[in-house]
Amino acid sequence: MIWSSAEQLSRSEMERIQLDRLRATIERIYHQVPFYRARLDEAGIKPESVRHLQDLERIPFTLKTDLRDHYPFGLFAEPLSRIVRFHSSSGTTGKPVVVGYTRQDMENWTDCCARVAAAAGVTENDIAQISFGYGLFTGGFGMHAGIERLGASVLPISSGQSERQLMFMQDFGTTVLVATPSYILHLTEVMQAEGVKSEDLRLRVGLFGGEGHTPEMRQLIMERLSIIDTQNYGLTEICGPGVSYECLEHSGMHINEDHIYPEIIDPDTGAVLPEGSEGELVLTTLTKEGIPMIRYRTRDITRLNREPCRCGRTNVRMDLVRGRSDDMMVIRGVNVFPSQIESVLMTIPGIGPHYQMIVTTEQFMDKLEVQVELTDGERLERYAELEHLTQEIRQKIRTTLQIGVKVTLLNPQTIQRTAGKSKRVIDRRHDKNF
Amino acid sequence: MFVKQISVFLENKSGRLAEVTRTLKEHQIDIRALYIADTTEYGILRMIVDQPEKAQDVLTKTGFTVSSTRVIALAIADRPGTLDEALETLSSGSISVDYLYAFVGRSSDDAIVIIRVENPELALERLNQTGIRVLDCREVYGT
Repeated sequence: MIWSSAEQLSRSEMERIQLDRLRATIERIYHQVPFYRARLDEAGIKPESVRHLQDLERIPFTLKTDLRDHYPFGLFAEPLSRIVRFHSSSGTTGKPVVVGYTRQDMENWTDCCARVAAAAGVTENDIAQISFGYGLFTGGFGMHAGIERLGASVLPISSGQSERQLMFMQDFGTTVLVATPSYILHLTEVMQAEGVKSEDLRLRVGLFGGEGHTPEMRQLIMERLSIIDTQNYGLTEICGPGVSYECLEHSGMHINEDHIYPEIIDPDTGAVLPEGSEGELVLTTLTKEGIPMIRYRTRDITRLNREPCRCGRTNVRMDLVRGRSDDMMVIRGVNVFPSQIESVLMTIPGIGPHYQMIVTTEQFMDKLEVQVELTDGERLERYAELEHLTQEIRQKIRTTLQIGVKVTLLNPQTIQRTAGKSKRVIDRRHDKNF
Repeated sequence: MFVKQISVFLENKSGRLAEVTRTLKEHQIDIRALYIADTTEYGILRMIVDQPEKAQDVLTKTGFTVSSTRVIALAIADRPGTLDEALETLSSGSISVDYLYAFVGRSSDDAIVIIRVENPELALERLNQTGIRVLDCREVYGT
């Protein structure tokens, strides 16, 4: 089902709405966000000189570091009296990214998330179990609101406790699951261990997001559960879930482009690439009040397709994300930058400056191993000291990143040194077939 | 009256221990005793060698993390109750033992017990008040 008429506008109608909204957004940020005003002034751009959508290309990009540098509220365009909700995601070096929503933002966000669920075929007759974390993470609350608006019965179970998840799935007859793709695969393993068969469940639709989704994972989900598997895409800086979503055609994710304007750029030069090229996705919010984002560099690599879809939607589609233009990893739905790990390791005496991260999967759950070189022999005298060292590293990483890691101590000079950019991350998650 | 012991960090990887012994062989260093504490993740090799300073130096140069520490070597006669006497002595002085290991000496039937304690000076003082024989470097590594 198509939730909103905004998903079926002709190209010229869509562009007219986008231009109106873009101009209003530029006008607003120029007068209400000193950061943007300075950026526009530097680039010699007056709000009134933005007359075409293409004029956006002249405006400087906004980076994740800009959000961090203006933590917590520096990029807000509205006073806190108009903000009704905060969300946040981990930042690159300690300080998180904070976003604020006005009442109207919440309304738009909810509508965008309702579109996500409707496109996957969710109806008011469904029972939707939300296994995304609630809290500061946008995933749980966003999809919760959208699905509730659509009219399905929402079960806000949050993440974790797989046995309990399965109990509810059986007892309530859950038909829709909102989770990360790796979590559903993990659940299938638990099902096997607990003797729960796919026939015991009434699950028919999966709304997967929070991390990428390989074709292999998709196939395996289908094999194990025979459900309709749909992927959706979002990021905290823009709104959380509700940026784009797959329909039942599985031919790309439709972008809610009446609210979000996409561009594809060359990540090295910043130049906008011709229609259909693969490059980095850059997003501009068109209706956001609380914290508008102008040309936000997502670092996600994809491609746009403006052909109308067989599903009847006309809004532009983006390919499933193919990779990153930086070294960010997604570990169990959490964004992790090697620099974050590095800044933790720098604070710990006795280990060398070189480190390596190895990502693997075990029962479809991501595992992160951090290898460091033990350079100081002092701790060798007492065994507990060495244990304490690995524990300290583990704990500090958990505090900063909210993820558990395995810490391995190595002999000095064992991590490969290279002249240029060293290979900090070895991702083995897709090495073998699932 | 202390004996020098060297500790070597061993990452959990096959061939690491052999790398240590090869390095020592190449430099003609004799291992008198060794003891490995390990977990699934890594190990610590503790050794008494005939040339501790040289051993520490060459192992560090080979790329190992090495430390050296003072331990106490005791000659323990081969009959019931002798080790107990030594440990009782330490225990009554509230000196806790971090670890110990034993090996057979070269010149007599006595076992040599290496003890690492928190406070070696105090331990030595206590042990000297008993009949237990504390060995010096020469007796342990023969130089």
